[in-house]
Amino acid sequence: MLNASPTLQWHRKFADRLATSLAVLCVLLVMLPLAAIFIYLVIRGIGSLDLAFFTQAPKPVGETGGGMANAIVGSGIVLGVGSVIGVPLGVGAGVYLSEYSRGQFGKLVRFTADVLNGVPSIVIGIAVYALLVLHQHYSAFAGGVALGIMMIPTITRSTEEMLRLVPNAIREAALGLGIPQWRSTLSITLRTATSGVLTGIMLAFARVSGETAPLLFTALGNTFWSTKLDQPIAALPLQIYVYANSPYDDWHRLAWAGAFVLIALIVVTSASVRWIASRGFVGGVQ
Amino acid sequence: MSVAQPQQPTGSALPGTVGAGVSAVSRRSSRASRIADAVFYGLVWLCAACVVAIVGFILLQLIKGSDLALAKFGWKFFTGSDWDPVNGSFGAVPFIYGTLVSSLVALVIAIPLSLGVAIFITEMCPRGLRGILSYLTELLAAIPSVIYGLWAIFVLVPLIMRYFGPALEKTLGWTGLFRGPVQGFCMFTAGVVLSIMIIPIISSITREILTAVPHQQREAALALGATRWEMIRVGVLRNARAGISGAIILGLGRALGETMAVTMVIGNSPQIVKSLFAPAYTMASVIANEFSEATYDLYTSALIEIGLALFIVTIIVNILAQVLIWTVTRGTPRRASA
Amino acid sequence: MGVGIKVEGLNAWFGKHQALFGINMDILPNRATAIIGPSGCGKSTFVRCLNRLHETNPDARADGKVQVKDMDIYGAGVAPVDVRRRVGMVFQKPNPFPSMTIYDNVAAGLKLNGFRNRKKLDEIVEKSLRSSALWDEVKDDLRKKSGASLSGGQQQRLCIARALAVEPDVLLMDEPASALDPISTAKIEDLIFELKENYTVVIVTHNMQQAARVAEFTAFFLMGKLIEFDKTEKIFTTPSDKRTEDYITGRFG
Repeated sequence: MLNASPTLQWHRKFADRLATSLAVLCVLLVMLPLAAIFIYLVIRGIGSLDLAFFTQAPKPVGETGGGMANAIVGSGIVLGVGSVIGVPLGVGAGVYLSEYSRGQFGKLVRFTADVLNGVPSIVIGIAVYALLVLHQHYSAFAGGVALGIMMIPTITRSTEEMLRLVPNAIREAALGLGIPQWRSTLSITLRTATSGVLTGIMLAFARVSGETAPLLFTALGNTFWSTKLDQPIAALPLQIYVYANSPYDDWHRLAWAGAFVLIALIVVTSASVRWIASRGFVGGVQ
Repeated sequence: MSVAQPQQPTGSALPGTVGAGVSAVSRRSSRASRIADAVFYGLVWLCAACVVAIVGFILLQLIKGSDLALAKFGWKFFTGSDWDPVNGSFGAVPFIYGTLVSSLVALVIAIPLSLGVAIFITEMCPRGLRGILSYLTELLAAIPSVIYGLWAIFVLVPLIMRYFGPALEKTLGWTGLFRGPVQGFCMFTAGVVLSIMIIPIISSITREILTAVPHQQREAALALGATRWEMIRVGVLRNARAGISGAIILGLGRALGETMAVTMVIGNSPQIVKSLFAPAYTMASVIANEFSEATYDLYTSALIEIGLALFIVTIIVNILAQVLIWTVTRGTPRRASA
Repeated sequence: MGVGIKVEGLNAWFGKHQALFGINMDILPNRATAIIGPSGCGKSTFVRCLNRLHETNPDARADGKVQVKDMDIYGAGVAPVDVRRRVGMVFQKPNPFPSMTIYDNVAAGLKLNGFRNRKKLDEIVEKSLRSSALWDEVKDDLRKKSGASLSGGQQQRLCIARALAVEPDVLLMDEPASALDPISTAKIEDLIFELKENYTVVIVTHNMQQAARVAEFTAFFLMGKLIEFDKTEKIFTTPSDKRTEDYITGRFG
């Protein structure tokens, strides 16, 4: 047997233990900011929540009180517009990639979807600004378009993946029964993958609900109540941004409250996604 | 971030045939369903084409929007360091510097941490903890940028100003990188926030890469009498090098384009200073701050040109990352990323 | 150089499922011992217990006594790392390290054990490659080609060389030729004949003819139990147990 010195063996054991300790240290260091952020959000956020927060628009500068109700509603509207644009396009593209695509065009679509995923959100804001704001004005609709564009790559990808999980046997069974292709895709394949597709949509929604940059020069933000699609509109992340950068303590308080509400929404959405996925209905295959 | 893989469609493209029987009814409905099939195909094809069109559209708008600045400054835009909107001179170097350095700082912090977390979760962790730890790491990715910024302003900035800054100045000040005065709103703070934001990406892709390494490689190392760390080094990490590089580059891509959190803490001062404790400015931040205030066309155009540069750089970086990652995970079925 | 292995009361589990039941076996030095049996009988599990690789599976464990020379590998305070230095293994599917050259593959175990002397490394690498009958085919490409660029049979011989380089007492082979073509299989079998002179070989095989060709002793496993262990000749001509006879004659398995 190979003669290996005891010192060396000790060194090897030590290196092994050291590596493990360092890895644990990394985990702790990474969990630290996570814990810190959530703790601050809870402490500063909950304390600042009151009924006014959910029912009132911001008060003028200098006055305390007021709320972010307009921003919450505004976010809902902008996200709604975004979903109306992003979900059909994303699901449609996903269906195409999974069920119909062959050859180069499919590759191109996938490639551009991934490219779109990596485009900085502020750049998307610029592009939508050039299209919809430059010759008109800031609008909720423009904000919605920007968000919708951001939802597309995520939804396309996950729809395609979920549809691919549906076994071919199901498609063939449908075709064998004489059901036309389009019907089979809609009522059978897509139906089987519904939960999975839905989770993809919800994830895209959660991700986009916190986006600020694309709204900076599209929806612009609004300190008053507005639900019009062709006017600037408030949005939760935008409002948080403005308040955080301001010099007023009361606005800081509101910023924390808004941040808490925003993160609560995102966590609830992600948790629902996990819950749906864990029930084993993802892809329709239990 | 997903990896593009060539795949065949799973659905067949048979036209909708209705069973046996040659009645007029079936012929009519057969034609109707063929039309419906074509319409449906057209619709989904359109959706897919929209995806491509949107990217093309973005590129187009960026090029169109920067034409004024392109015409006026040409290449000097990217070599000039004078950003003076009042006098109409625009040089992008301070922002390129700010973007690169803040991303670099972020990588220096994030790489070891992400790899450590990924290795721990994949190779060292007791199985029960695995789910919780990966969930918590993903949670970091779910926090919106503006909330990172908010937290950074009120928690990280004071911490750096009061504790970390002076400590670093004392120990590493000789390098010139950590010379005071320690401004809380500075390159360093931006780098730290960025690092927290890119850790989840790097670590989750690395985890996928490490899991893709076949277990036979691990056993081969173990059978030679390797300790666990040696097994990880020889049997796993060596095989995963390309993929891990891809994960890191992906993190870089994210850091380059990150806007809100950075804007809130970097100090927004277009200068090039060696010390990391001085305020700086990134490409994304200057756009975020000044776009709505750009009072004349050349100003707007200059900002859009910065956006164009950012667009192109992030695309190249992301493509590079994808290629690297694909070389390792090719052939292994991708788990649906949730 | 070879040592014997004395197995006493070896049990192994996968979670709650028991895979090996009280195995007792005396493996003689400098011989080849074949482990045969139908799929799922526990032969791979048994062999993986001999170098404590079995417990690296999640929820897997083993206990009992396995004496390799002066070490009870399941004894208190014995580290698996030390066991695996003495008991080497070659796997069913060749698994050279693809990111390393041929040279580095063979030297991998040596470097881990602190061998830095270039000359010594060169010597041992050559010796191991000669022992695994691969030297002539790769001697010009040692540092140029990667371990994964060889053919299947060559890769397996590379893995054998890699295992031999650390000079183990015992060489375990888990169906080493089942993924290879007949010519490579023949080469591996010839190799085993030569290896016996310096090592104790334990080879798992589902190919009874292979067992008959290379091994002096054969052990027949069935459903986690050792049914019969004897000279190969006897097992294949006049087995004592009816189950052995049924398996040999192909009535099941």
